[in-house]
Amino acid sequence: MARLTMGQRAVTMVEALRMAREEGATYRGIWSWITTVDHKRIGVMYGVTAFAFFLVGGIEALLLRLQLATPNGGVLDADTYNQLFTMHGTTMVFLVVMPLSAAFFNLLVPLMIGARDVAFPRLNAFSYWVFLFGGLFMNASFIAGEAPNAGWFGYANLTSTTFSPGHAIDFWALGLQILGIASMASGFNFLVTIFNMRAPGMSLFRMPLFVWMTMVTSFLIIFAFPVITVGLFELLFDRLFEANFFNPAEGGSPLLWQHMFWLFGHPEVYILILPAMGIVSEVLPTFSRKPLFGYPFVVFSGIAIGFMSWGVWAHHMYTTGLGTVANSAFGISTLLIAVPTGIKIFNWMATLWGGSINIKTPLLFAVGFIAMFVVGGLTGVTHSIVPSDYQQQDTYYVVAHFHQVLFGGSMFALFAGIYYWYPKFTGRLLNEGWGQVNFWLMFIGFNLTFQPMMISGLLGMPRRIYTYPDGMGWDVWNLTSTVGAFLIAASVLAFIVNVIVSMRDKRPAGADPWDGRTLEWTIPSPPPPYNFAEIPTVRARDDFWHRKYREDESGRAIPVVAGAAVEEEHAAGEHHAIHMPSPSFFPLIAALGLPMVALGLMYDYALVAAGAAVLVVGVYGWALEPASE
Amino acid sequence: MQHAPTADAALETSTGLDNRKLLMWLFLASECLFFGSLIAAYLLYRNQSIGAPCPSDCVIDGVTHEGLFDIPFTSVSAFVLLMSSVSMVLALAAIQRADQRGMRVWLATTALLGMLFISGQAFEFTEFHREGLSLSSNLFGTTFFVLTGFHGAHVTVGVLILLSLLVMAFRGRLNQAQSLHVELAGLYWHFVDVVWIVIFTLVYLIQP
Amino acid sequence: MTLADYRGTKEGREEAVRHPPAAHAPGERAHPGPVEYIKIGAALFIVTMIEVAVYYIDALDDVLVPILLALSALKFSLVVMWFMHLRFDNRMFSTMFVGGLILAGAVFVVVLATFGAGLV
Repeated sequence: MARLTMGQRAVTMVEALRMAREEGATYRGIWSWITTVDHKRIGVMYGVTAFAFFLVGGIEALLLRLQLATPNGGVLDADTYNQLFTMHGTTMVFLVVMPLSAAFFNLLVPLMIGARDVAFPRLNAFSYWVFLFGGLFMNASFIAGEAPNAGWFGYANLTSTTFSPGHAIDFWALGLQILGIASMASGFNFLVTIFNMRAPGMSLFRMPLFVWMTMVTSFLIIFAFPVITVGLFELLFDRLFEANFFNPAEGGSPLLWQHMFWLFGHPEVYILILPAMGIVSEVLPTFSRKPLFGYPFVVFSGIAIGFMSWGVWAHHMYTTGLGTVANSAFGISTLLIAVPTGIKIFNWMATLWGGSINIKTPLLFAVGFIAMFVVGGLTGVTHSIVPSDYQQQDTYYVVAHFHQVLFGGSMFALFAGIYYWYPKFTGRLLNEGWGQVNFWLMFIGFNLTFQPMMISGLLGMPRRIYTYPDGMGWDVWNLTSTVGAFLIAASVLAFIVNVIVSMRDKRPAGADPWDGRTLEWTIPSPPPPYNFAEIPTVRARDDFWHRKYREDESGRAIPVVAGAAVEEEHAAGEHHAIHMPSPSFFPLIAALGLPMVALGLMYDYALVAAGAAVLVVGVYGWALEPASE
Repeated sequence: MQHAPTADAALETSTGLDNRKLLMWLFLASECLFFGSLIAAYLLYRNQSIGAPCPSDCVIDGVTHEGLFDIPFTSVSAFVLLMSSVSMVLALAAIQRADQRGMRVWLATTALLGMLFISGQAFEFTEFHREGLSLSSNLFGTTFFVLTGFHGAHVTVGVLILLSLLVMAFRGRLNQAQSLHVELAGLYWHFVDVVWIVIFTLVYLIQP
Repeated sequence: MTLADYRGTKEGREEAVRHPPAAHAPGERAHPGPVEYIKIGAALFIVTMIEVAVYYIDALDDVLVPILLALSALKFSLVVMWFMHLRFDNRMFSTMFVGGLILAGAVFVVVLATFGAGLV
């Protein structure tokens, strides 16, 4: 803040807060980021933070691969290895893929539905700050010298205080509770936004596919996270207060944890993949210059996947002795869920077929997604068959499967999204040459890393081992994986170089560099704070495309004169009539209370009281300030 | 975009539904999963405790232990919570017809009944604790205290919300145009009551 | 597809202006009033008394569980449909809430079944 006095007297607290908000509204300086409630800025913050955690998780992976490159590796001891593989998994799932998806929800959903912001802008900011603090809290465990070390799935009763003394698992459980709050807030926000804030004429079946997938994902989030919240409370009560949920000595069952975790965990993996599928459904039509083939089928299969994801969780538990009836039932339901997924694949291929293909980096990543996801999905089908899973369970074959779908799948699609929408939010295109280097290095590196794991897994290499003896026949596969991992690292470097190169490129990308189909391409790049000078009226699916082109007798697209006219840039002061939500720092304050409570539960109950007080002050301040003024 | 909340806010949405009301219903739907998980844990571990205390009379190693549950007492507290739902909805009906005084009376009644319920819970908890029931004593202690404890915490938050609304009302800031606030608080409050209806039956009345 | 296809439309706004105290959103029926609420309160009280009575009547032990489940379901429905107004509100709210309820019920019945446990 520029001034801390008004004339001769110091400002009061209330005046200071108001001045801070006014400065925030100017969109300049650090204060404007701290108090922002603008979905576009929040999206950028999610994206940058998630990318930073991607580097952290990636370095953790490289260390793991260095250790496993040779038999009897001496790079890491067992305890460090356990911490690194646990944090790698937890980071990649909760601090990378989910927040990158959240970044895209934030950046795109309001624009794609023709809205000025989300339904609850301060709740949106709260989600981001809670995510940031949760991620920092979880990684603070490294500073404490005891990072979580029982896997990203934390099976009981390895996680009990008997077998995991110290604070490692407390960091994990409390960290996930904090992150869960961020995700749930986000889920509620986007559901209300999508239902309630669509532009006139934007019926549900005219919405872009990405918005549909955001909706389904948000439903999965709000229903699945409460289950893991309870599971984590059960774990925390066992650890902090000697409860007996998973204590076999008092009759508790560790299997209850597995049910709770996977009841959440299976919908969670669909939370990780559906947004990616949404991105692919947007990229393919633009780069084939054809509408998405079978739009209703792609929508319904997404909804079907959402419903069916609740019926398959125990396929993670075949080997726990559930019995033949349970195993068979879940085997069948798991086979069935491949059907809607397959429907999407066929529709994507049909979208490309006969299209006027424009080979650019977003398309490369999107097609790479389809190929890699098919392979990963097929390995998933082999898992669904119970006797086959008996051999695969706890081997590297599983590691290959989930990296195939989460990296070859989700991450590739997220990179496609980054290349596709980067120009919209920065006003600059990413360099196409570096983009291709990025893609090919990543594609080759990825395959070199994970395909050998299918072989070493089927040869019996177990998961979660810090080293292995020679003579097992696993050596060459592990070495290859390690080389591949470093190629992936090189590809990420190429991406970073690309960002730097594009920042130096002075050429503006323009509003519609890819000749897109959806509403976000109708406004300037980067968009003004209010998004649309006038809320559009939507007359069709892919409304923008139909404004730009009409079809001749042979179905070719003929440009409409002035159809591509984009809203002009207006000087900042010209839209006084558009009330935007005011900036606020209460979301950040409220968010700050959460890690304080968590640390207090581990170290000092006085801190719990302090954190709760901060949370209450934040929430009351938020409730009492007007949403816009 | 959103102006200060008024009764007109609902009309600007694609579905015609108010944003905040939709948010509350989505939240309550997700809470079904939350309480469902806690109730499932209780039901799973019912009768699996290795030692006493037990909810109803049990025989362990030839020794008879008297059950802890006092059904008449809990029935009264269940009744108190049910009546608080009546007063809550009367508060809403009052403010919807611009009866400020009626709303204040009924909101205060609801808050008082809620506090009475919490006191009953606190009394019950201390009684059980005196008999040796705790989070760590056995499965019954673990599952009972966590389930009813979380429910009680929800009621406590509800009471705080009601008291906040009362403060707003006394400052003249809770009028007919702001009746949505009372409606939303009511939805939360009724939900918490409804969870107790389920708990009272499944945990207290149905004894294998 | 025109603006009029939307429920949040001019017609909806006019409707809401005609019925301001009730603060309807489109798609609602008329409210119950305080008298109805008190009647439902009385019903809740009576049902609770019956539940407790059934608990104590040993002769009914065999059918105790179904009776109690039915009675509590009745109380649940009364509070949700009348006090929470679901009966009179837009169907979307019912869909979401009942959806959550059914999902919770279904998955946890399955979880309990895998342990060989049930409601009793």
